[in-house]
Amino acid sequence: MAGPYSEKVMDHFMNPRNMGEIEDADGVGEVGNPVCGDVMKLYLKIENGVIVDAKFKTFGCGAAIATSSITTELIKGKTIEEALKLTNEAVAEALGGLPPAKMHCSVLAEDALKAAIEDYKKRKEKKES
Amino acid sequence: MDRIFFDSTSFTRLDRRVLEAMMPYLTDRFGNPSSVFLKEGEIARSALEDARKKVADLINADPSEIIFTSCATESNNIAIKGLALSRKSRGRRILFSEIEHFSILNQADFLRSLGFEIDYVKVDRYGLVDMDDLDRKTREGAILFSLISASPEIGTIEPLREVSRLLKERDVLFFSDCVASCGRIPIDVEELGVDALSISSHPIHGPYGASCLYVKKGIEIVPLMQGGFQEMGIRPGTENVPAIVGFGEACKLAKEELEERREKLGRLGRRLWDGISSSIDHVNFTGHPEKRIPGHVSFWVEFVEGESLLIWLNLKGVASSSGSACASNIFAKDESGLKASHVLTAIGVPPDRCHGSITFMLNKDNTEEEVEYVLSVLPEIVGKLREMSPLYKKERIRGGFYGRAVQ
Repeated sequence: MAGPYSEKVMDHFMNPRNMGEIEDADGVGEVGNPVCGDVMKLYLKIENGVIVDAKFKTFGCGAAIATSSITTELIKGKTIEEALKLTNEAVAEALGGLPPAKMHCSVLAEDALKAAIEDYKKRKEKKES
Repeated sequence: MDRIFFDSTSFTRLDRRVLEAMMPYLTDRFGNPSSVFLKEGEIARSALEDARKKVADLINADPSEIIFTSCATESNNIAIKGLALSRKSRGRRILFSEIEHFSILNQADFLRSLGFEIDYVKVDRYGLVDMDDLDRKTREGAILFSLISASPEIGTIEPLREVSRLLKERDVLFFSDCVASCGRIPIDVEELGVDALSISSHPIHGPYGASCLYVKKGIEIVPLMQGGFQEMGIRPGTENVPAIVGFGEACKLAKEELEERREKLGRLGRRLWDGISSSIDHVNFTGHPEKRIPGHVSFWVEFVEGESLLIWLNLKGVASSSGSACASNIFAKDESGLKASHVLTAIGVPPDRCHGSITFMLNKDNTEEEVEYVLSVLPEIVGKLREMSPLYKKERIRGGFYGRAVQ
């Protein structure tokens, strides 16, 4: 009953993990895809360089929601350096693959993560200076 | 609960009475209508001609004007190219409405390669053909105009009669794809004044694999395939007798039950429309509010995406369709295959807004209970997706949504 999506994509679509916002987030990344209009917003809580919590909000198709959801799972407990190594291919693979036309959703997830970490670094620099 | 079929432009349940009519031709009566001197061939031929009469009756045509094909795409291809080629000595310009089906629009490149020019006639925000634009463009010269009778995506019924009057004055051939409206509103070729039209079997509870191309007596059409004498040589090749017999029966039933179906579909469609508009905020209906196919309800919901809506409806047992880019061609080799619906962009829905589009097309078998069920699950699904949407919160913060809701 998954149609063009893998069971794993459907699972994350139906039961998204870590959906929501973090009020006192240390880093927030929001990215959009001009092709399909998807918008992904990722919130990170970071302590001593480790991502202790991650939440998302996404406007988009099944693949966009599933990639957001799994990304939060994949990065929780990771250091920033480890999280930055996460590629869109790894996100897609963790979902049991994505249809080629939907690979851009995983790129969006990677971009959202990078944007959130970038935001965190900026905030930190600001605080320290 | 059984599955609910609200995607009737794509498929409808085969009517049991249609299946019964087909059964002999799937079992014992397997003759080929072209075996003219054999008893079996005669039986098949008479079934074929009987079906031709039934199809002709539904659209008030003469049986000799009916050409059987395998699907509406085939009918539309034979019609556009065949009519264009027959008029090539008189001109090269062909007009399409902006909201034609892909089986019309996607012929453009090929037609250009044959030396034709393609121009597009605008529609207004309801999807109704812009008569002034048509007037202007036919004045500039054209040999053929194609206008869908009603877009399956937005349901607006086009003023074919008015169009045909104008086209006659200008000596422009008129083709109309009537697949979505057939069996739901009366289609009378005399009254509409079309030169050719297409209708199909499976959206009217007939089997897959049968469709019809009506070509008015005296109108020349160049065949695209060369072969035997079947279907007057315009569509040579052995006929799919069981499917055509079923198509004929489906047309007969559609004619007999047209008023009953129309009334029921109109009632269910109105209830669905009212229910959606009162239970979901930020919903925008597409197509004309009155001039529309009975039982057709189309809309887009702000802050949620259509594919997600479509999948959730499917998970809840409801079959629907979406014009969202994300739901367009998921099997494409890359994201360039994902495009927002040309119909929604033609009626002026901003491309970044058509994402939440859903189309419900009901059929004669749907019930009040099914409509109520859909009305009970839809707000819940929209709510769930909006809760997930970063755009919805923004709108609330801007005061857009909450501000309006409080007022």
